[in-house]
Amino acid sequence: MALKDVICTFCGSVCDDVQFDTENYKGKKFCKLGSSKFSKKERIKSPTIEGREVSYEEAINKAAEILVESKKPLLYGWASTVNEAIRLGVILAEKVRGVYDQSASVCHAPGTLAVIEEGLPGGTLGSVKNRADVVIFWGSNPMEAHPRHGLRYSISAKGLLVKGRKDRKIIVVDVRPTTTSRLADIFVQVSPGYDYLVLSALRAIISGNADVVPEMVGGVKKDTLLELAEIMKKAKYGAIFYGLGITQSRGRDRNIENAIKLVQLLNRITRWVIWPMRGHYNVVGAGEVPAWEVGYQYAIDFSRGYPRFFPNEFTAVEVLRRKDCDSALIIASDPVAHFPKDAVKHLKEIPVIQIDPHPNMTTLVANVIIPSAIAGLEADGTVYRMDCVPLRVKKVLDSPFWSDEKIIGEILRRVEELKG
Amino acid sequence: MNNLLKNFGEIMIEVEIVTGRTLDQGASVEEKLSEKYFNSVNFIELSEEDFNSLNLNDGDKVKVTTKYGCVTVYAKKAKLPKGLAFIPMGPYANQITGIDTEGTGMPRFKGVRGKVEKTEERVPTIKEIVEAI
Repeated sequence: MALKDVICTFCGSVCDDVQFDTENYKGKKFCKLGSSKFSKKERIKSPTIEGREVSYEEAINKAAEILVESKKPLLYGWASTVNEAIRLGVILAEKVRGVYDQSASVCHAPGTLAVIEEGLPGGTLGSVKNRADVVIFWGSNPMEAHPRHGLRYSISAKGLLVKGRKDRKIIVVDVRPTTTSRLADIFVQVSPGYDYLVLSALRAIISGNADVVPEMVGGVKKDTLLELAEIMKKAKYGAIFYGLGITQSRGRDRNIENAIKLVQLLNRITRWVIWPMRGHYNVVGAGEVPAWEVGYQYAIDFSRGYPRFFPNEFTAVEVLRRKDCDSALIIASDPVAHFPKDAVKHLKEIPVIQIDPHPNMTTLVANVIIPSAIAGLEADGTVYRMDCVPLRVKKVLDSPFWSDEKIIGEILRRVEELKG
Repeated sequence: MNNLLKNFGEIMIEVEIVTGRTLDQGASVEEKLSEKYFNSVNFIELSEEDFNSLNLNDGDKVKVTTKYGCVTVYAKKAKLPKGLAFIPMGPYANQITGIDTEGTGMPRFKGVRGKVEKTEERVPTIKEIVEAI
């Protein structure tokens, strides 16, 4: 048995306490999501052009030709690869005067808009584990999306000052009962699309204006809100972990803005942090890397030769809806499965280059397909955990597949040659 | 709230649809062309009351229609408030989610109003969904 310490590359929790038996292909301590990640699955067997098997060099040459010949290519995905590949991808997007966008634009990007306006009173998962005596999951369901988050950091985690589940009050705010709400001390059920109002009511109560709050707000009784506000004020260290329940519903970025304002207000009384429950293991890197390269996290257009950020125009869904790209490079992502059908339509009409370890729905529409090594298993690199802590993921298995970093690096080199 | 609609004798209900991650969807997300993934995303969860008002049994299929499109999926009973429906994120959900991003780039994945009715139509395969787009 060859048991090796590895770092899980599935969700944003990026568990660094798991082990993997490289001989028997079996993991230890993994959750259901991590177990599936570190299991044998169907792979894209070879690079292909229009279904014809080719060498890596041929596929990369064809990909570079498509990008160079395009007026405005879309380079989308990036959330499930390492920072080193993303860095080269941002340079590639600039070289081909394309649009760089990443999976957060259909995930947590509204939160980024709110953070641009309000800042983010945050803390690491370590500080939550050690200190948080009140944790609120708002529109997030870690038991399904980040199964070990509760065990390691936020629900039953044994911390320095907060010793375990008994010392911690867990509150879930959601539109429906979830597997996480079943573990909570208090479950607050909000009517769909009414989170903004509930957040506003809590702000009113905490700022001493409870008299203006009606008896019922967004399906929640005033008494419940008063109780919630009292718990929040009395917390020694509170944390709100918000999820797509509020970034994807009515209000979107404004919901997060309101939640941050609530946390700012609470920080006048006690210590509170707010943090997004990021989904993919390096979706943070897909935003942080372009931010330190060109100043923006997503929806970046290079068509004028310099970076411009405008989510209304340059997010992948908007670009595809307007048919404003004439080719697409999709890496570590599956927009055909995860975009509304009206955005997928245009992907079927333009040349698509796909880089991914596994066949997915985008494979069904891609013209050039380049298989890649799985980061954290067959390729190494740096990723950001959901709280922006960088972790080095390892290569523990040899693989015939090239890493994303090598593939993007080679496409970039070939693009530079073609452009002269 | 009465969300029961009668249209020329056909019973349908009006619901607010949210989509999202489930453990099964996440565990098969890297095997999108597999039976396992198909089974993890091809259904709608309805409250017991809504499920019963459509005279549904386990394994029955329903047609979900919103102003953005329609899709046939399996119906499941779940612990949900009446009038709320849940579809796991993925290709079936995305046949009926909204493209309007209100300037944020984020489509409307949660909070889409739709109608649900019993159907005998077949649930399309993942490949058929891609072909039909």
